Amino acid sequence: MSGARNLTAALRRARVPRPRLAIRTVQSITPLTARAFSAGSTRNSDSRQIKFTSEAYPNLKRNPNFAEISAEDVAHFKEILGSQSAVIDGVTTDATDDIEPFNSDWMRKYRGHTRLVLKPQNAQEVSKVLKYCNERKLAVVPQGGNTGLVGGSVPVFDEIVINTSRMNQIRSFDAASGVLVADAGVILETADQYLAEREYLFPLDLGAKGSCHIGGNVSTNAGGLRLLRYGSLHGSVLGLEAVLPDGTIVDALSTLRKNNTGYDIKQLFIGSEGTIGLVTAVSIQCPPRPKAVNVAYFGLESFEQVQQAFLAAKGQLSEILSAFELMDGRSQKLVIESTGNKHPLEGEYPFYCLVETSGSNAEHDMAKLESFLESVMGDGIVADGVLAQDETQFQALWRWREGITESLSHLGGTYKYDVSIPLADLYLLVEDCKARLMEKGLVGDDDSFPVRAVVGYGHMGDSNLHLNVAVRQYSKEVEKVIEPWVYEWIQKRQGSISAEHGLGVAKREFIGYSQNETMVKLMKQLKNLYDPNGIMNPYKYI
Amino acid sequence: MSGLRILVPVKRVIDYAIKPRINKAQTGVETTGVKHSLNPFDELSIEEAVRIRERKGPIKVEDILALSAGGPKCPDVLRTAMAMGADRAFHIDVPDKGDGGPEPLTIAKMLQAVVKEQNVNLVLLGKQAIDGDQGQTGQMLAGLLGWPQATQASKVDIKDEAGTVEITHEVDGGVETLRAKLPLVITTDLRLNEPRYASLPNIMKAKKKPLEKKTLADLGVEDTRRLKTLKVTEPPPRKGGGKVEDVDGLVSKLKELGAL
Repeated sequence: MSGARNLTAALRRARVPRPRLAIRTVQSITPLTARAFSAGSTRNSDSRQIKFTSEAYPNLKRNPNFAEISAEDVAHFKEILGSQSAVIDGVTTDATDDIEPFNSDWMRKYRGHTRLVLKPQNAQEVSKVLKYCNERKLAVVPQGGNTGLVGGSVPVFDEIVINTSRMNQIRSFDAASGVLVADAGVILETADQYLAEREYLFPLDLGAKGSCHIGGNVSTNAGGLRLLRYGSLHGSVLGLEAVLPDGTIVDALSTLRKNNTGYDIKQLFIGSEGTIGLVTAVSIQCPPRPKAVNVAYFGLESFEQVQQAFLAAKGQLSEILSAFELMDGRSQKLVIESTGNKHPLEGEYPFYCLVETSGSNAEHDMAKLESFLESVMGDGIVADGVLAQDETQFQALWRWREGITESLSHLGGTYKYDVSIPLADLYLLVEDCKARLMEKGLVGDDDSFPVRAVVGYGHMGDSNLHLNVAVRQYSKEVEKVIEPWVYEWIQKRQGSISAEHGLGVAKREFIGYSQNETMVKLMKQLKNLYDPNGIMNPYKYI
Repeated sequence: MSGLRILVPVKRVIDYAIKPRINKAQTGVETTGVKHSLNPFDELSIEEAVRIRERKGPIKVEDILALSAGGPKCPDVLRTAMAMGADRAFHIDVPDKGDGGPEPLTIAKMLQAVVKEQNVNLVLLGKQAIDGDQGQTGQMLAGLLGWPQATQASKVDIKDEAGTVEITHEVDGGVETLRAKLPLVITTDLRLNEPRYASLPNIMKAKKKPLEKKTLADLGVEDTRRLKTLKVTEPPPRKGGGKVEDVDGLVSKLKELGAL
């Protein structure tokens, strides 16, 4: 906490006008220069060491039906898109360094072989590009902020990257209904700041908000921190504009809350990870920005008590509860190791929770929150806790939750599992996984052990756990112990192997653990209907 | 010297992570519906008072009194101060008039009266409040009391039972160490410490700590103003930069601006 706090304090003294942005710079990273969450300066030199996805997944073979990109193709794209900055051409020129950021992901887990990046500016340009690719059978990968966790936005072989970053205009906002219409490449945080000025809120918030694009959020049906309060994108997205592989522009950019006329086609694009079309714009229902937001951070002695605290929060804070996040003790220790910040609580606890309330009246909210705090403290459910007294503390406490992903990435690689499990068994997965890895002698404190730590954290309010295995090096040895064991574990409890991260490359072959044969067959039918040549984001999803 | 009786004056200000806006009448900053919290420098003063107690130095801390002058919401920050470790609090009721509150000299006179009445021998106060940024109260108070003062402290060390205090403060190009004897006025600066969070048990306890309400008249002070604010305006907005598509665009833009 101290770092951000002292930094903003010092900046304030130096009369830099926006201390709030100064905190943000810690987590908001632009995709191209210093890429999400990794140290920008070291990036270029060692990005070459990321293993090619095609080598890490030897069973993936380049589809021979796809054409190779030729110099004529590049010339054609340059003609369609006009300006020089719209095409990064690695086909006829050497643009390895310029293309590298589009070829790999920020976790340094996936890396493709693309030689061409296109940045169209509107749906018409996307339409021309896709129509041409479809006719020529050139495979493509739609890409937004490239902050995904399952390798869905990076190419596997030589697929053309279609990046949405130049489609970045907010089209309209209706202050009465709260409906925002914006291009797919608008950065989530930019959209939220635009709404903040108008006293509205983007109904999605997640750690990568400074880099991710809203089109990508919709295409991956991102969940995030406030799903508990504002629901899934399947509810808040009112309409969208997308381009099918044959170049058809699907104009479903409705701003209506209710519209029962026929099949709700837009839902197909939400969470389909760019496999049937490329989302170019979104209209979304935004709630009024809460005037009073409070956050408390608890230390608890057992998972049993975490559940009791959650029940108490739902009961006593009901309509103002906006987040209930779980962090285990090990995850918080890793944040301390990585950031050097002083922990807000004196003692150490096996579990921590972050509870946020959002409402319209600070005094009413505080009264509710205080009676809730008194009851959980009085009943001995919560062992210790703090309540943010100002905006800086509010941000700092959130960093203990949002900063976990970043801290893990500083310490090495991470096997990430984002799963839905019935609440009672939520943390059991972490314990079982740790026991399994310990038994095999893979976990330890020095460099001779591949695994550094097994941690669990997540959106308790949504029964969504992030099981993370922090490793010193990615290795098949560790992977074989975890997979498919973890998926079998989840299947036994009727959970989902991917709650909010999606399928991408990482979970593609495991879909059967969460969807039955009929469902997978229906999905494949849809895919073949809209993308008969299979050019959209191949080798992924299903 | 018997015990340390510390007075920590605190102010409720617009939260320093929030961008202030000028009100429509251009008479001051918009305060309604804006998040307020404890002035960050005052947070450091409270933390330091509590740490002096926790360090168990040569002189025992007998009392930590937090004080705030302002409208009906002031008790919020006083409760925060008590949750951080102050023993009791005074709320000097001064109605919100939207004029930024009493001037530093009025506040200094008010504190002088409290120091005498409460037998205080150490006043720890923030070097400035981030709303008015005047940075005068501590110095004026020391002058009125005829006490030594150490401003912008980055370290406070009680040396012996006789009340010798060493204070380090940062100056251009280095640090300066001062020595003085109690009674003393110290103003605090950023690097003094890192304020703690108010823990839930302490927030509960703070509700039961005594909070006394007083008025300026009780302390024999009158709220007179020597300065009149004529107008408050925002600095002219910075002109945004433009984007160019490519090198040719950059070159022609530079030519257009006469830079080439």
